[in-house]
Amino acid sequence: MRSRFSTIAIHAVLLGYTALALFPIILVVMNSMKMKRAIFLSPLTPPGPASFDLIGYHRVFSDGAIGTYYMNSIIVTLGTIFFTLLFGAMAGFALSEYKFRFNKLLGLYLSIGIMVPIRLGSVAIISLVSGMNMINTLSALICVYVAQNLPLAVFILSEFVHQIPKDLREAARCDGLSEYNIFFHIILPLLRPAMATVAVFTMIPVWNDLWFPLLLAPSGGKQTITLGVQQFLGQYVTDWNAVLAALSTAIIPVLIFYVLFSRQLIRGLTSGAVK
Amino acid sequence: MADNQQIEMVGMNRSAYLRVLAFFLAPAVLIYTLFSVYPLLATIFDSLYLRHEGGALTFNGLGNFQTLLTDETWSKPFWNALRNNLIFFIIHMCVQNPVGLALAALLSLKQLAFRNTYRTLIFMPTMLSVVIIGFIWQLILSPLWGIWKMGLNAVGLGVLFGPYLGQEHTALITISLISVWQFVGIPMILIYTALLAIPDELVDAATVDGLNQWQAFFHVKLPLIWPTIGLVSVLTFVANFNAFDLIYAMQGALAGPNFSTDIMGTLFYRTFFGNQLQLGDPTMGSTIATMMFVIILMGLLVYLYVIQRRIQRYSF
Repeated sequence: MRSRFSTIAIHAVLLGYTALALFPIILVVMNSMKMKRAIFLSPLTPPGPASFDLIGYHRVFSDGAIGTYYMNSIIVTLGTIFFTLLFGAMAGFALSEYKFRFNKLLGLYLSIGIMVPIRLGSVAIISLVSGMNMINTLSALICVYVAQNLPLAVFILSEFVHQIPKDLREAARCDGLSEYNIFFHIILPLLRPAMATVAVFTMIPVWNDLWFPLLLAPSGGKQTITLGVQQFLGQYVTDWNAVLAALSTAIIPVLIFYVLFSRQLIRGLTSGAVK
Repeated sequence: MADNQQIEMVGMNRSAYLRVLAFFLAPAVLIYTLFSVYPLLATIFDSLYLRHEGGALTFNGLGNFQTLLTDETWSKPFWNALRNNLIFFIIHMCVQNPVGLALAALLSLKQLAFRNTYRTLIFMPTMLSVVIIGFIWQLILSPLWGIWKMGLNAVGLGVLFGPYLGQEHTALITISLISVWQFVGIPMILIYTALLAIPDELVDAATVDGLNQWQAFFHVKLPLIWPTIGLVSVLTFVANFNAFDLIYAMQGALAGPNFSTDIMGTLFYRTFFGNQLQLGDPTMGSTIATMMFVIILMGLLVYLYVIQRRIQRYSF
């Protein structure tokens, strides 16, 4: 049993740190809805009837491109998740189901990418992508992100396939189901919870990445929201309303998503790293 | 042999079996090879060549590395970036990971109310893009808005205020601490999970033996989570020596003031793409990327052969 005093002390520390973690975020979102004068005169007070103003958001959305950037980010993120999960589950299934000759070696080959950052190959990725005429396309980003996320996805999903009882597959084989049907109709549905976990923690780094959008799709209306906001901030650096609104536009959807899926995300982080 | 056994088990002939394997493995292996392994190997290969004016390439052996390490115009920025990167890493190891450990220790205490709420909220900054975080802190630290100044004045430390991001001796430390603030959630979550996995009986036994909470933590729990702390350290190392976004977002590609925040990632970007001061140089860019690869590899090897072995020897 803890004493009353130490319980209070523990909560004080945790509350203090939580405040430190949230203060900058709240500050920005709060001030994005205020008039310029109020932003400077009373930055710490929430917007009231006298100071409420959405001029910054008007400016951000009248720029017109933000919607496109959002769409780009959504396409890239969903495309990456779809192919990472599909190819990852297929490879994970094959590696754990069939004991062919180079099984171990192939598993090792695929897992190099878990630790070695794909960024180091950027010079060659750019010449590869420009050789394929894919600069400023979203497909180039999807290809790179799938390659980046596959190793961990294969690793985690093959662990999960391993946990599915062997009898299930043997029974299906006796019933004459092909290997393809076994995978798509028996294994894949059972992998759904594991896939949700992989999806959630694949999503965040892809959505937030600045490096590859900067290298592979920096212009031509193919910017992702992260790069788009970065470029927007550079242009409007003196317009505080617009800057704060642009930041909030980038923050709020991620926060909503996070609040909805934090459980899966944290589970994914730990299952991915503990092994 | 093993193959034949497997085919019998699955009940197919050899060509059908190979078709199945190819169908399931080919997409992942191809895309991973083409967009991850090949570029990495090609980059290492490129670093062995010299680019002449006009674009012709000649084999240069390890000449580029010699240039990078000894030629004044290359070696100065390189050693500067490496030193800054090392400082960046040390600050993460000395602040981020201990704070993460402390938070995890508090969160994992039994019968703590609101533990999931704390965990979720403290992890929140980690979710956001580094670009956004960089900009938010730029605004907060800005003398124009004066939030930080107000904060310091309120606690009577107003004299400490300065243009942290604009001074050579404070910029790198400030950026490192912002990065620490953002990513403290990762060590926290990993260590927290490891702490929860420790069986209650172990801690109870220690308490019965007369250890207080502190002693139980340092003598029972901490030794059991060394493997996780080792993992957190190596993840920090890889992430830090691969970092780029925060510096680029806050200080630009020139990593100012006067390159005082330049790390390997920004040096690599600048060398490859060029900037106001120099033309882009793909082969020297590849050379720097290869050096980063070597550094990260050395970190991984130290982890695998030294830290993990020692942990195995001490664990039971």
